[in-house]
Amino acid sequence: MEQLFNRKYIIQGLFIIIAIILLSKLFYIQIISDKAFVAAESNVLKKKFKYPARGAILDRKMRVIVQNEPVYDLMVIPNEVKPFDTLALANALEISIEDVRKNLRKARLKSNYQATPFSKQISVQSYARLQEIMYRFPGFSTQDRTIRHYPDSVGGQLFGYVKEVDSADIARSEGFYKPGDYKGKSGLEFSYEEILRGEKGVINTVYDAKNIPQGSYADGKYDVNAVSGERLISGIDIQVQKLGEELMKNKVGAIVAIEPSSGEILAFVSSPGYDPNLLVGKRQGNNYMDLIGNPYKPSLVRPIQGKYPPGSSFKPIDALLGLQEGVIDVNMTFNCPGYYMAGNHKVKCEHVDGNISMRRGIARSCNTYFCHVFQKLITKNGMKNQRQTYQDWRDKIAKFGFGQKLDIDLPFEKQGYFYNADHYDKIYGKRWGYTTVISQAIGQGEITATPLQIANAMAIIANRGYYIRPHLIRAMGDKIKKEYVEKNYVGVDAKYFEPVIDGMQDCVNTPWGTAVLSRIPNILMCGKTGTVQNPHGKNHSVFIGFAPRDNPKIAIAVIVENAGYGSTYAAPIASYMVEKYLTGQVSGARASQVEWMKNQNLLPLLIDKSKKLKLTKADSLIIRKTDSLKRLNDSLKLKTATAKRAFSAKLAKKNNVIIKPDENKK
Amino acid sequence: MQQQGNRFFFNVDWIAVLIYIALCVIGFTNIYASIPHPDTATAFDFSSSYGKQLIYVISGLVLGLSILLFDGRLFNVFAPFIYGITLILLLAVLFVGRNVGGNQAWIPIGSFRLQPSEFAKFGTALVLARYVSTFNPKFRDFKSIFIAGIIVAVPLLLIMMQPDTGSALVFLAFMFPLYREGLSGYFLLIFLGMIVLFVADFLVPVSILIIILLTISGLFIYANKRKQKLIITTVFVTLIAIGYLFLVKIAYDKILQPHQRNRIELMLGLKTDNKGAGYNVIQSQIAIGSGQATGRGFLQGTQTKYGYVPAQSTDFIFSTIGEEWGFIGCAVVIGLYVFLLLRLVNLAERQRSTFSRVYGYSVACILFFHVFINIGMTIGIIPVIGIPLPFISYGGSSLWSFTILLFIFLKLDSNRMGFI
Repeated sequence: MEQLFNRKYIIQGLFIIIAIILLSKLFYIQIISDKAFVAAESNVLKKKFKYPARGAILDRKMRVIVQNEPVYDLMVIPNEVKPFDTLALANALEISIEDVRKNLRKARLKSNYQATPFSKQISVQSYARLQEIMYRFPGFSTQDRTIRHYPDSVGGQLFGYVKEVDSADIARSEGFYKPGDYKGKSGLEFSYEEILRGEKGVINTVYDAKNIPQGSYADGKYDVNAVSGERLISGIDIQVQKLGEELMKNKVGAIVAIEPSSGEILAFVSSPGYDPNLLVGKRQGNNYMDLIGNPYKPSLVRPIQGKYPPGSSFKPIDALLGLQEGVIDVNMTFNCPGYYMAGNHKVKCEHVDGNISMRRGIARSCNTYFCHVFQKLITKNGMKNQRQTYQDWRDKIAKFGFGQKLDIDLPFEKQGYFYNADHYDKIYGKRWGYTTVISQAIGQGEITATPLQIANAMAIIANRGYYIRPHLIRAMGDKIKKEYVEKNYVGVDAKYFEPVIDGMQDCVNTPWGTAVLSRIPNILMCGKTGTVQNPHGKNHSVFIGFAPRDNPKIAIAVIVENAGYGSTYAAPIASYMVEKYLTGQVSGARASQVEWMKNQNLLPLLIDKSKKLKLTKADSLIIRKTDSLKRLNDSLKLKTATAKRAFSAKLAKKNNVIIKPDENKK
Repeated sequence: MQQQGNRFFFNVDWIAVLIYIALCVIGFTNIYASIPHPDTATAFDFSSSYGKQLIYVISGLVLGLSILLFDGRLFNVFAPFIYGITLILLLAVLFVGRNVGGNQAWIPIGSFRLQPSEFAKFGTALVLARYVSTFNPKFRDFKSIFIAGIIVAVPLLLIMMQPDTGSALVFLAFMFPLYREGLSGYFLLIFLGMIVLFVADFLVPVSILIIILLTISGLFIYANKRKQKLIITTVFVTLIAIGYLFLVKIAYDKILQPHQRNRIELMLGLKTDNKGAGYNVIQSQIAIGSGQATGRGFLQGTQTKYGYVPAQSTDFIFSTIGEEWGFIGCAVVIGLYVFLLLRLVNLAERQRSTFSRVYGYSVACILFFHVFINIGMTIGIIPVIGIPLPFISYGGSSLWSFTILLFIFLKLDSNRMGFI
């Protein structure tokens, strides 16, 4: 019995051990780990976001050019849905019954207890219809938010678009964006996202286990009201912008107009353009794919991404530099026999002018004159120092904004090519000089620039020697932006501008000027046409100009791809834009010309790539052979004689290699 | 003997009664906190669960005190009779019982539902005590173990047929009083070994378990190579253990119902399930864990208030205590239980009569099983087994049966000076 009595302690010990085990586990989950506490909070607390309205954008005359429109998302909490009249809902939403079922299935997959989008961005009409019969659909509710609306339907590439954030955006934002948020993806919507988006509001609501709201958390202590985005005031004149897009209809190219005194961009046309409203709402995805697939690449923002040789519009800058460097003076003449001989290579001129001076040279766009100027600029320190002199020249031109980004307030700006001397060292070794790069004298060859850079160069001439960084937005809310006031001087004295401007004035306003047909009555526009040689097809039509001559209000660059002479398309388009901006309308006989211009279709022919696939192997070999021969020959035209010989030798070798098997086959 | 009026309550262990009352009050308070909208209700809304619990607590106390008025000898005399009635009720429930939550465990009597399995506990305890005290077996022989086994097994199997595995498991608690009365400690070790092997069977491949078992027995035989009897026993035990491993696998697949398999696998961490069967345990642990050290305060538990823990006023009432009173509250409740259990064992040991002692041990061990399984379940160290937390969980049947269980012993204890 004594031993059995001791068993009491074993049983009591067991009680205590088990109690200690229970308490240790409790100690762990209650005191050591805070996982349960966090889980409990997320159980009961649900954040409902209030989406702020995005900031509006106004044009320079305070007209609203980007605004918001209310839309409604139809939300559903699947486990609250009772059997309902599928047909009635389908009719109200203008979708099929299958879609109703599909959407419900999708929502169920996401969550059974949370409000999930059933049908996003339903139309106002659907919303109105739905409101009347909403009581018949338990579990469904509407959530309002705003989407963008662009009342003028222009400026697709300028404004960009707003889209629901994807997982990459969320990851990049380090938790700022949540699924379901919207974000500017390109254009101004992208650049000014942080100002436009405003601040999201949060309502913390306590929910019970059945997901029924039980009131606000901590009396709304942690709730935040939504703050609307700030409005932006842009420098755009929407009427001019609209005219520009209409003029560029069925043409490929770009227009950039700048107010020289402020650097504000007045018009920013990228053609083909598109209606920014296409990238809003339900069909955003499809429309976006259509734009991406369009062979004329409307998704390319040509004013800042298109890279064009500046062509003759480069000439006034040459002249300015020549004057500044003192290698020419206003009255110096060069003889133009209709061409210029750069070594053995002939640079053609469109006309034979005999002895020609600067003013006439600019007005007539004389290639010979500017090749001479270029020759003088590069050889002014002697033939042996051409490399260094070229580099100096290049750096001075670069001050006009070429070969570098202008840091406009839009994303994805390109800088164009404008090579340093090193680049030519790599190609030609030490043996190169002004004749090698002579094509740059007339804005051809290796140099390319964006329309924005070209327009900016024109603003520099209009300002007589400086520019303010071009920008689209001049004020955020009521604050004028400070970063766009600094004057960037280009290192050419103001006095040298007048003779150059004389030439540009003549270009538009004298019978011998290239753009005389684009003269605007009562407005003294100065300009310069350009016909840019295009290795891929017909020449590009270019015009740059500013007006009026004194105290200029607008500087403009127009590029119409594959349109031929600058005087036929680019110059008239520029003149209509200028007139519209300065007087508010295009008047007189020119009004009908505007209509004519709008109807011109200059879209380049597209090569049907599908046909190419049908070629036999032999055919493609022939095409490849002739293509390569042509390409080599083309490139040789611009090279020096020595280079030509070397290439001919290479070519001969190559031809042997390529042609032989081809012939054997035949 | 003292005054005439105190005769019935003379020698009653008031400390145990006080702990009982404290636990009942804790139960009522937490049931009150568990219902969704306490702000609109009063404590005396008798249509609500806490209102009913108030009636159960008061009537339970009256019931307990009236038990003290009986003559303790009656329980000894009527033990077989009470046992017989509970067996009849257990049989009856299989035919006329109402099915609640998959278990045929309730007999409806008017608006009140009787749960015979609750009353079978003290019926069995009484008859076991009667058997031990009458025949004074030392459980060295097969016959006495067999008879005691039958006494426990009959109600156990009847309850299994409902099927209410949780309540049936509690009958294993009778091992401890039998152990106290002389049953070999090996039975407890075997029982422990069975549990260990059962759990191991799921976590480790059978082949490895067999290798381990063979290695251990091999080493054991090598160490005791002179003792022939021990070697035979070892071989025998090893073979049974290996057979048991396979039996568990088969029984697990064939006998256990899917929801039970599910609960076991969840508890062993073999799978996770946040929405289905695992939901209860996860939500219960979240509620308890979120109470942290001092709890959110009375009526402030969000998980409790907003109904995140299913069955919160009944089997998962401990989660309310955990959330609103924190670790301190949990420790107090567990402390009260441990104190009560140790006290009951001490009281049992001071009995002169074997009947009272066996019965006292039975009470302590039944309570212990309930407390351990219930709290262990709410914090995820035991699979979900639906049995109530004594004196605290909502429910008349369970509260009254625990009250009867306890107060019969307190009555027997108050009579300890006399002879039964």
